[in-house]
Amino acid sequence: MRKIFNSLLLAAFIAAIMIIARWIGHQAYSWMPTQATAEAKRVDDIFSFLTSVGAFIFLGITGIIGYSLLTCRATRGDWSHGHPARSDARIEILWTVIPTLLVLWLAAQSYNIYQQLNIEGLSPIVHLHMLEEPAVAATVKSDINQLAENIEVIAKQWVWSFRYPNNIVSNELHVVVNERTRLNLHSQDVIHGFYIPEFRLKQDIVPNRNIDIVLTPTQTGKYRLRDSQFSGTDFALMQADVYVDSSEAYSQWLSQVAKRK
Amino acid sequence: MTNSIENTGSENHNRQPDTNWREYFSFSTDHKVIGVQYMVTTFIFFLIGGLLAMIIRGELLTPESNVVDRSLYNGLFTLHGTVMIFLWIIPFNAGLANYLVPLMIGAKDMAFPVLNAIAFWMIPPAGILLLSSFLVQGGPAQAGWWSYPPISIQNPSGYPINGESIWILSVALLGISSIMGGVNFITTIVWMRAPGMTFFRMPIFVWSVLSAQLLQLFCLPSLTGAIILLFFDLTFGTNFFKPLQDGDPIIYQHLFWFYSHPAVYVMALPAFGIFAEILPAFSRNPLFGYRSVAIASFGIGLVSIFVWVHHMFASATPNWMRILFMVSSMLVAVPTGVKVFAWTATVWNGRLHLLTPMLFALGGVVMFVFGGITGIMLASVPFDIHVNNTYFVVGHFHYIVHNTITMAIFAAIYFWFPKITGRMYAEGWGKIHFFLTFIGANLTFFPMHPLGLQGMLRRVSSYDPQYQGWNIVASLGGFLLGMSTLPFIANMIGSLLLGKEASYNPWHATGLEWKTSSPPPKENFEEIPVVNEPPYNYNDRSLEAPEAAAQE
Repeated sequence: MRKIFNSLLLAAFIAAIMIIARWIGHQAYSWMPTQATAEAKRVDDIFSFLTSVGAFIFLGITGIIGYSLLTCRATRGDWSHGHPARSDARIEILWTVIPTLLVLWLAAQSYNIYQQLNIEGLSPIVHLHMLEEPAVAATVKSDINQLAENIEVIAKQWVWSFRYPNNIVSNELHVVVNERTRLNLHSQDVIHGFYIPEFRLKQDIVPNRNIDIVLTPTQTGKYRLRDSQFSGTDFALMQADVYVDSSEAYSQWLSQVAKRK
Repeated sequence: MTNSIENTGSENHNRQPDTNWREYFSFSTDHKVIGVQYMVTTFIFFLIGGLLAMIIRGELLTPESNVVDRSLYNGLFTLHGTVMIFLWIIPFNAGLANYLVPLMIGAKDMAFPVLNAIAFWMIPPAGILLLSSFLVQGGPAQAGWWSYPPISIQNPSGYPINGESIWILSVALLGISSIMGGVNFITTIVWMRAPGMTFFRMPIFVWSVLSAQLLQLFCLPSLTGAIILLFFDLTFGTNFFKPLQDGDPIIYQHLFWFYSHPAVYVMALPAFGIFAEILPAFSRNPLFGYRSVAIASFGIGLVSIFVWVHHMFASATPNWMRILFMVSSMLVAVPTGVKVFAWTATVWNGRLHLLTPMLFALGGVVMFVFGGITGIMLASVPFDIHVNNTYFVVGHFHYIVHNTITMAIFAAIYFWFPKITGRMYAEGWGKIHFFLTFIGANLTFFPMHPLGLQGMLRRVSSYDPQYQGWNIVASLGGFLLGMSTLPFIANMIGSLLLGKEASYNPWHATGLEWKTSSPPPKENFEEIPVVNEPPYNYNDRSLEAPEAAAQE
């Protein structure tokens, strides 16, 4: 009877923490900044999933420890032994096999989402020291022609500048909503990092290497680009405004800047 | 302090401290003296590192940069990280292991006592050298504790002796000291165990020290090599890592993390060992799954060598490497999980004594579970790309190095304080210390997670106002955490002077160190013990009346 009661209690405990863990996982979306790219949604999906699994494990373990703290206290000076169990092969195999499967599942999910991000710009990095050849050409994929813009991003201590196709240079980054944009990242001194939290993308910019990232902004608005790799004294100030424009606003802005020039 | 030790030392040769206080300031070759030397010295560095952290948190209280100038800020976090890793946790663990390992395996001393003393005596000068860089032109190193080139070889001051070159020299010296320690620990554990102390009768603490020190021997040369090349680039104009002269800064990152990731386990494994000693003692249960926990120590060591690239997911890292190291990084969770489950099963259905060491150990385990989960999250490439180099990483990292490892260190200090000093600490003060630390630690490091998710970058001296709320919480928590060491210091000094005398085995614990007097005599044991029982034998009735057992 007692055994059945204990099993029921355990089942109720597991069910309860599963529900709470799922709820926490759902909340995880609200802890993130606005989703401003197609990629952001997928990153938030994997975060929510990892949060659910993590919350389940955390609540499970702390629940057991907390229960023991409440119910298994020794009286002062009573140093007699607790339970004599040293080991149990079945439990030990179980708690090795289950985490292994769990981890492989998490890795598979992450891989899956990573594939969907399709950060194709990173593949050129494999061709490290082939700087004599245009790195982009080495890895052109079929959809490069469909990219709306190819913008050069130049980082140096502690300024960002952006060169647009018609050779216009600005300190603001403008991209067109719902169009895939390829950014060629360059650094003129130390390693910098390209990071816009709302885009969920980050890429170190290593001097003397051609590194591209490709993104598809999905929400118009003004965002902030930050240097994510520590770059020296005024590191914190190395920021730039990023605008996701409609295509009309974008062409308007380009012609404005061209006129000013 | 000095009087009581001197007097009792001369009165009773065996049961009272027979170490003259002057020995602690000498080139002693007794592993116990060296152990205490390590622990006290590194604790002073911990306080210094903590003060640097509190200045950092003071700066981050407001969005503007208004407490220190930006270059000093960069120097502060660089030295905070370096001090805490290379002058606090790693050498403190070496000190604790120095004190305990020979006692735990029934040896008279370490295998190479002179080498042991040399290894210790390299630490104070290396530490003072590092801190002296505050006084040189241009101030201390400003490139962060990982010192990535090209930023680290820019040398803004222009002087040949600069903060960065001092940093390199100091870290190299500390590395050499660690290598000496590694050789010594491994030799001692492999060759100097008492009769009957088979590998599977060793306490988990010894297993974890063995795994950690193997990592030191295997991986540390990579860091030493990297920073020597960095020194050449900085001082002699070579081009190993200079991208604009055909060098490659990414090679440095690989060499650096090849050591510095396993270094996390050099720090964490002894902490896991401490949990495995304390939880059974205060739960009155054998360590559940002892063998798998022992093997898991090795498993963690082994897997941790193959995960270093997860620090570089946002560097110029190709896709195949990202995926490979994502999977290997996640696999660390398996042996680590084995340990966590074993600790939980040990506590389950026990007879819990919630004394200070137990509180610190349980607090450490709970916060480790949290830090471990965020660690798995960080191993996931798509998520890592978002939070890499943000405060999420800082939060995760501090849940491991402070909330797990430093908590474990405090647990260890309280647990073995009676053995080391022959006196009991004050329990009430210990509990106050625990609660202040536990609350302070969570207030400081939890807010870093939401900050990181929102995109606040690490190492910034100023930030956007939207991040201020959580930063205030973190800073106030940081100040509380700083204050929480005060009751600890008072307790340690007070108890050393006035504490109740400790018996052989105040916790009624298993392990050879509890079978000799508190503090142990020179050469540890009256005669070398013979081991004929499994470790963590908390079923043994004699433990319930330890005084009787001690008289046997």
